[in-house]
Amino acid sequence: MNYFPDEVLEQVFDFVTSHRDRNSLSLVCKSWYKLERFSRLKVFIGNCYAISPERTIDRFPGLKSLTLKGKPHFADFNLVPYDWGGYVYPWIQALARNRIGLEELRLKRMVVSDESLELLSRAFENFKSLVLDNCEGFTTGGLAAIAANCRSLRELDLQENEIDDGQWLSCFPESCTSLVSLNFACLKGEINLASLERLVARSPNLKLLRVSRAVPLDTLHNILSRAPQLVDLGIGSYVQDPDSEAFNKLKATILKCKSVKSLSGFLDVAPQCLEAIYPICSNLTSLNLSYAPGIHGLELIKLLRHCTKLQRLWVLDCIGDKGLEVVASTCKELQELRVFPSDLNGVGHAAVTEEGLVAISIGCPKLHSLLYFCQQMTNAALITVAKNCPNFIRFRLCILNPTKPDHVTAQPLDEGFGAVVHACKKLRRLSLSGLLTDRVFLYIGMYAEQLEMLSIAFAGDSDKGMLYVLNGCKKLRKLEIRDCPFGNMALLEDVGKYETMRSLWMSSCEVTLGGCKTIAKKKPMLNVEIINENDQDFCLDDEQRVEKMYLYRTLVGRRDDAPDCVWTLDAS
Amino acid sequence: MERSSMKFHGDDLNLEATELRLGLPGSEEPEKQAPQSSRNNKRASPEMAEHCRTTSNKKASLLGAGNCDVQDGAPPTKTQVVGWPPVRSYRKNNMQTKKTEADISGVYVKVSVDGAPYLRKIDLKVYKSYPELLKALEDMFKLTIGSYSEREGYNGSDYAPTYEDKDGDWMLVGDVPWNMFVCSCKRMRIMKGSEARGLSCL
Repeated sequence: MNYFPDEVLEQVFDFVTSHRDRNSLSLVCKSWYKLERFSRLKVFIGNCYAISPERTIDRFPGLKSLTLKGKPHFADFNLVPYDWGGYVYPWIQALARNRIGLEELRLKRMVVSDESLELLSRAFENFKSLVLDNCEGFTTGGLAAIAANCRSLRELDLQENEIDDGQWLSCFPESCTSLVSLNFACLKGEINLASLERLVARSPNLKLLRVSRAVPLDTLHNILSRAPQLVDLGIGSYVQDPDSEAFNKLKATILKCKSVKSLSGFLDVAPQCLEAIYPICSNLTSLNLSYAPGIHGLELIKLLRHCTKLQRLWVLDCIGDKGLEVVASTCKELQELRVFPSDLNGVGHAAVTEEGLVAISIGCPKLHSLLYFCQQMTNAALITVAKNCPNFIRFRLCILNPTKPDHVTAQPLDEGFGAVVHACKKLRRLSLSGLLTDRVFLYIGMYAEQLEMLSIAFAGDSDKGMLYVLNGCKKLRKLEIRDCPFGNMALLEDVGKYETMRSLWMSSCEVTLGGCKTIAKKKPMLNVEIINENDQDFCLDDEQRVEKMYLYRTLVGRRDDAPDCVWTLDAS
Repeated sequence: MERSSMKFHGDDLNLEATELRLGLPGSEEPEKQAPQSSRNNKRASPEMAEHCRTTSNKKASLLGAGNCDVQDGAPPTKTQVVGWPPVRSYRKNNMQTKKTEADISGVYVKVSVDGAPYLRKIDLKVYKSYPELLKALEDMFKLTIGSYSEREGYNGSDYAPTYEDKDGDWMLVGDVPWNMFVCSCKRMRIMKGSEARGLSCL
């Protein structure tokens, strides 16, 4: 029943941009569904195997922007075979074949071949924006095609991809003046510096530039002179003789960069040169020093004292508890904090502890997103943190020794995490670590009403733990579990639950082949994949424990690009 | 709380008690080690879990094995556990390379010698220790500095190496650990022995 003509409704729909809200719109009635699908410009697909390119295009023929995610999250930690899947080529092929007016493509954990990039660069006249986050499979050959052929390119963002290098920057034609955002910080090879400088000089709209390690300070100076309008700067190599003329010139140039709000990089750094940055620190809202192990604790602290407007901070744990106390007293606007481990072998000195976290919670009440790698934690500290910061949306705590209890009381950390889920009513993402029993899951099931993503490792005592979560967390979308004693009893209690979720990952748990088969048979709308990387024959005994299982809801059944080590169980 | 390897889940028969085995009395099979901690031993440590998985399919062995996680003291090595700590490989790889590359970026400081007409510049990162640095300075300026002692400084030598630190103070080279020196040294001055002797009297 429409009280408004379609044209009016369309105008109203234009204001609705979040894909979740648009999904809701489409459920209201048939005419809204129809109107919505033809007017949707941005399509988000959280699991590229949940739907096919053809059906996506069929439903949203007017799409201009597509976001796709491929591999499961635990692929980040080497738990997923390299050839598992997540290929973007069929999508680009289908979009090209159907002459979709694609302007933006955002990919995460996908396999992107040079062939895909070449097709992408030629098939879409108005293509403007390419974002590749943690993807693989391409080389700078593919990037060269993008640079050379996408005439209206505004954004090229390469985040944390591992790729082979070559020449590509010089492939941007002289006529390309549309760049707004360019991030190639992850590249390892040589960069044509002259090409880079010329590119910057002819890009008056350039707002974001993040360069790689191969870009030295001299070039940085030249770039900044030509682009004082930059808002987001990622520095490559920051090594200079502090007594040199060149350094003085740099200092003067940096002073002119009043618009820089976000700073990152420092991939190579001579710490005594950092004082050149101090003048712009007070404008910064975002600072990422997590790739700069060359900046030691004391220098870090000196720098941070200037950053009074900081909202987002990524650092290494060499900042220490003392450094975090400085952050707490300086950065009153802090909303997101990530503290990464600098000593990955883990057997080092305690760089940050619960004390640093407590200090932050006292000084930064606006904190809502946390990723914290530390050596030790206590329940008391977590309870205090929860009380001070009830606004957490994302809370990820990683104690480097995964089954470590409260280091003062030797108790499990159930009460601490329980306090977090109880106090933080808006919590959407949670990662647990430390010694944990079933009790923590009881709390999560009871209190974490908004929880959408939960990551569990080396925790729990029995199936009850997993059941508390599955029964209690009504909004759960992604559950990933490794090395926990959860088995078929928990897995099979309510298989319908998995159709309300995007995916479930379980590895090194107690579930058996028989249990997985049961789900596959009962729920044909789920793909149940067993990953078996051992060379020895996987015996088809139902009692056999399954090393890795990944199940996800899908509208298109079993995929046809799975490698030999991945079996999709039969639905019949 | 489980204290011995003899306990299983309630329903299992305690077959181990009557089992005949070849082996010295008291020796246990790897997956049934007695827990080392009496406080929290319900679950296997990650390393044990990985090991148990490949050697035995029984639930009991996984859940009955003690938690070998020792609280304080030598922590278990983590390199055995795949995917832990949960850090992206991109970040891991960058930390590795960066550690060596950070060493490569130079720390250039001016060096003045009393009586010399002009200063020199050296890269402190080239040297790994004080003796190396001092030898290089001796070679560069054709002088002798001698050896350092905590009590006497460079007493007895013609020259004494000093440096200006980040706070602007002039310090004797050699007092602090090498790495700390490299980070805090802004410039160096090699003082004539006669002047330097004044320092040791303090």
